[in-house]
Amino acid sequence: MGVEATAAASLQEVINWARKNSVWPVTFGLACCALEMMVASSSTYDIARFGAEVFRPSPRQADLMIVAGTVTRKMAPMLKRIYEQMPEPKWVIAYGACACSGGIFQTYNVVQGVDQIIPVDVYVPGCPPRPEGLLKGIITLQEKIAVEPAGQRNLVSLPWGNNG
Amino acid sequence: MAGNLLKETFPDAVQKIEDFRGETSVTVDAGKIREIMAFLKESEKLCYDLLLDLAGVDFNDCTPRFMIAYMLHSTKFNNKLRIKTTVAEGASLDTVSDIWLAANWMEREVFDMLGIIFNKHPNLIRILLTDDFVGHPLRKDFPVKGRDFDKPVQVCLEEEQ
Repeated sequence: MGVEATAAASLQEVINWARKNSVWPVTFGLACCALEMMVASSSTYDIARFGAEVFRPSPRQADLMIVAGTVTRKMAPMLKRIYEQMPEPKWVIAYGACACSGGIFQTYNVVQGVDQIIPVDVYVPGCPPRPEGLLKGIITLQEKIAVEPAGQRNLVSLPWGNNG
Repeated sequence: MAGNLLKETFPDAVQKIEDFRGETSVTVDAGKIREIMAFLKESEKLCYDLLLDLAGVDFNDCTPRFMIAYMLHSTKFNNKLRIKTTVAEGASLDTVSDIWLAANWMEREVFDMLGIIFNKHPNLIRILLTDDFVGHPLRKDFPVKGRDFDKPVQVCLEEEQ
């Protein structure tokens, strides 16, 4: 391995380290799972320990979308638009049974899993999952970010490009 | 009281008056619904100025198929009245959304879920389901889970088209 390759790999490690320790979620809750998500930022569970306490009110400033709750078909376009508005790199946690698979709502008005609309990195099952579940999901996501090679993340809206 | 007054004022339109545990239900002709509703609201002896709820029921095998129920409340005399009327499949009913503004969204919901048309409604479009939805889910012949509920969803934003 040449010097440049080693330096590039080291740089990518530093970038990944920075990214994984400041995963800012967008403020986005759809149903009762969102209440568990709010509890995760309370002093008892303290999501700030993982650098993810800054729930941004604007998707332009966020890295992570926690899809917390039931995704109805009427909500699906709004959800996709918020995801598209987030800058790269961005990650998605499907939080709860409804976001993972539609959950108990096997019906015409509910999207059977948010991965039909946007790509999902981590699935957290439960109905609703406890806040520890979200923390475990964020830790899993951090482990995933830590080993991402350079050029891994393709832009969803631009099939020909990637963003490091 | 309200039932008798209605019977006196509209002898042909009132079909049935039921009293059960202090609740009065009056079944009326669908064709006269606007005159009856305007009378119930404007009459000083009744003054039903609040429309609590407007609901549709599908009896499927019965004729006529649908029933619309209006729940009225008088804030002046503090009593309630239930008005029922029947609608056949494919038939339509006059709107009461200009008598009580609250009926606007309730009639849209009944249209959305049961497919009953309200004549002269100012904005009769779907309220709960997406605009491209096919069918009316609260009809008894609609599949419980809906058609193709487990097929992948295609979401296309305006800027992607």
